[in-house]
Amino acid sequence: MELNGAEILVDCLQKEGVDHVFGYPGGAVLHIYDAIEAQDKITHVLVRHEQGAAHGADGYARANGKPGVVLVTSGPGITNAVTGIATAHMDSIPMVVISGQVPSPLIGMDAFQEVDATGITRSCVKHNFLVRDISDIATTVKKAFHIATTGRPGPVVIDIPKDITIAKMEKEEYPDSIEIRSYKPTTKPSNRQIRKAAELISNAKKPILYSGGGCVIGNASRELREFTQMLGFPITQTLMGLGAYPMTDKQSLGMLGMHGTYEANMAMHGSDCVVAIGARFDDRITGNLAKFCPTAKFIHIDIDPSQISKNVVADIPIVGQTAQVLQALIDELKDKELSDISNWWSQIEDWRKIDSLAYKKSPGVIKPQTVIEALYEVTEGKAIVTSDVGQHQMWAAQYYPFDEPRQWINSGGLGTMGFGLPAAMGAKLAMPEKDIACVTGEGSIQMMLQELSTMLQYATPVKIINLNNGYLGMVRQWQEFFYEKRYAMSYMDALPDFIKLAESYGHLGIKVDQEKDLKPALIEAFKQKERTVFLDIMTDPSENVFPMIPAGGAHCDMLLAGRDEMVSKDETDFNAV
Amino acid sequence: MRHIISVILEDEAGALSRVSGLFTQRGFNIESLTVAQTTDPTLSRMTIVSSGNERVLEQIVKQLNKLIEVVKVTDLTSQDHVERELMLAKISSTSKEGVDLKELVEIFGCKVVDVKDKIYTIEVSGKTKKINAFLDALEPSNIIEISRTGVTGISRGKKLI
Ligand SMILES: Cc1ncc(C[n+]2csc(CCOP(=O)(O)OP(=O)(O)O)c2C)c(N)n1
Ligand SMILES: [Mg+2]
Repeated sequence: MELNGAEILVDCLQKEGVDHVFGYPGGAVLHIYDAIEAQDKITHVLVRHEQGAAHGADGYARANGKPGVVLVTSGPGITNAVTGIATAHMDSIPMVVISGQVPSPLIGMDAFQEVDATGITRSCVKHNFLVRDISDIATTVKKAFHIATTGRPGPVVIDIPKDITIAKMEKEEYPDSIEIRSYKPTTKPSNRQIRKAAELISNAKKPILYSGGGCVIGNASRELREFTQMLGFPITQTLMGLGAYPMTDKQSLGMLGMHGTYEANMAMHGSDCVVAIGARFDDRITGNLAKFCPTAKFIHIDIDPSQISKNVVADIPIVGQTAQVLQALIDELKDKELSDISNWWSQIEDWRKIDSLAYKKSPGVIKPQTVIEALYEVTEGKAIVTSDVGQHQMWAAQYYPFDEPRQWINSGGLGTMGFGLPAAMGAKLAMPEKDIACVTGEGSIQMMLQELSTMLQYATPVKIINLNNGYLGMVRQWQEFFYEKRYAMSYMDALPDFIKLAESYGHLGIKVDQEKDLKPALIEAFKQKERTVFLDIMTDPSENVFPMIPAGGAHCDMLLAGRDEMVSKDETDFNAV
Repeated sequence: MRHIISVILEDEAGALSRVSGLFTQRGFNIESLTVAQTTDPTLSRMTIVSSGNERVLEQIVKQLNKLIEVVKVTDLTSQDHVERELMLAKISSTSKEGVDLKELVEIFGCKVVDVKDKIYTIEVSGKTKKINAFLDALEPSNIIEISRTGVTGISRGKKLI
């Protein structure tokens, strides 16, 4: 049977098991849209902005682990998607982006809506392709999905000139698998490294497990739980890793890093053996590298060799998939005797008693932390929570203890404001039976508002929790601390009436400006199973995120809420353990 | 420290810009870069001269390996290898008191490949050091123009890259 390139492409997507494509049409992709219209296996979600398409596909991928698929036109279509592609790239999210390109003979001629898509996206994708012949479509799609989903996942862009979608050829079988001689990610760890790591772990007196997004993306939650519980070690998780290990468990010290808990950061600082599992020693985690974990030996487990010894030199590097490495370590350590770490635990319990997430309520204002706590209560800790970027993101991470992986969806690496709403939409499409909450701020939500329209069209009910502090709060916080309260451009004047706005998009809006109304409003919102509800919650404009490690600080240099002095521990405290 | 990195990669459009893009994006330095086909027409060999400490070099090698089209990366400097660079230099013959050009050509084992308008084109090949030494031996005002290929290298003996 003869098919055109567009039909072949859509057939390939079906064979890959794609059920949702997030996209927006335009001249260069009209043949592809024609082929999509002619079938019913793939649902196309028509977003209102291509950035929303990329974030939507990203949220979908983060929620269920399948690659997200994006379809955009040439020129402004692909440039609009770039922020979303870069967001997925920084957080290693599997994604395949198909962009239309001007017809092959016009490439390089400054044709209408021509941009060098592979050039523009090169540094923010795992890989990209420009298809030059109709007979390459099938293998390119196969390669793209293979590359996007294996090893360290990431976005792959396929740029297809229009003439190639029009050309015809005899249909060929879609390949079941593909070999790429230059791409063979290591998945199984070396036995030697496993033995060395087991030795160090079993002798550690002040160990800590530091796990990251690699345990979520790598589906290593089961192994991580078994490993952690078998060892009885304390565990701290990064912003990207929250939930891979249940945060309500007593071995969990919560999040670490710039806004991590006191106990997590102090334990990192005092540790003699840090086991990094699918984490990459990001600067928001380490603070000042020169003062980072002064007494620790590092075991670093990662699928991507280039992450190892990039920021912190690993004593024992282990390249492999997090789940496989953890399983190998479990097997190796099963019958090994471990050092007694009861002194270490009692030190940690003392740090815990500081209760670094405590905050003071004041009459007449709603504290943002209270909102997240109420959200946790009302959803019984079971919602999928997406967030935007700013203070609200940190509060969501701190006050909603996630017990499951893929429950917490946020832009950790790129920190993209505007991510939360389309990601919530994508997550709802991936997990229709789950309650989805989008924790956002009045600044961030305005970056992708238009997707409220898409959410009505595709009936993706999510609950928008807008922590409205009237400020670009995270910016304001930094200006308060580090710029002598010169609040340059961090105040958002002329805010819209979010209730009317939500209503004009066909959703329900509820304003909350008294604490007593908070819980009833949340309960009401989650009762509305079929509707998107916009909760505009007026929160304390002056609240700051604590604890905080100021730039250049060590993990033991934390600012805590309600304390003027920095809580700084001197080294001798650690030797006491 | 200076390193000669040999990269075998798929001979595909865009592969070169991926490598050069990687170096600018991550702030790695490139002293020279050469690329051409190998005996397998689907593969190219790229030779990059870069400098940096051990950790920088480790990152360069790892980041290169991460590129999908890269088949193999070797730091030639760490093993027995041969390296060469080629230079074409146009030298004016109106030498003053200094050394005679013909004598220099002989000492450095170069070749005169062209002469026009009393300007000699000389071909020099060898290690970068030798080429630099040849240039140093000339009267600077006599050097009209030079074109250098950058370093290429290969391991010695049975070892393949
Ligand atoms: C696209 C983008 N632009 C700018 C920033 C820098 N930035 C980080 S947080 C923030 C303020 C966010 O304000 P809001 O959404 O109201 O959240 P809040 O901090 O008040 O909770 C800004 C501007 C960013 N992260 N992303
Ligand atoms: Mg705000």
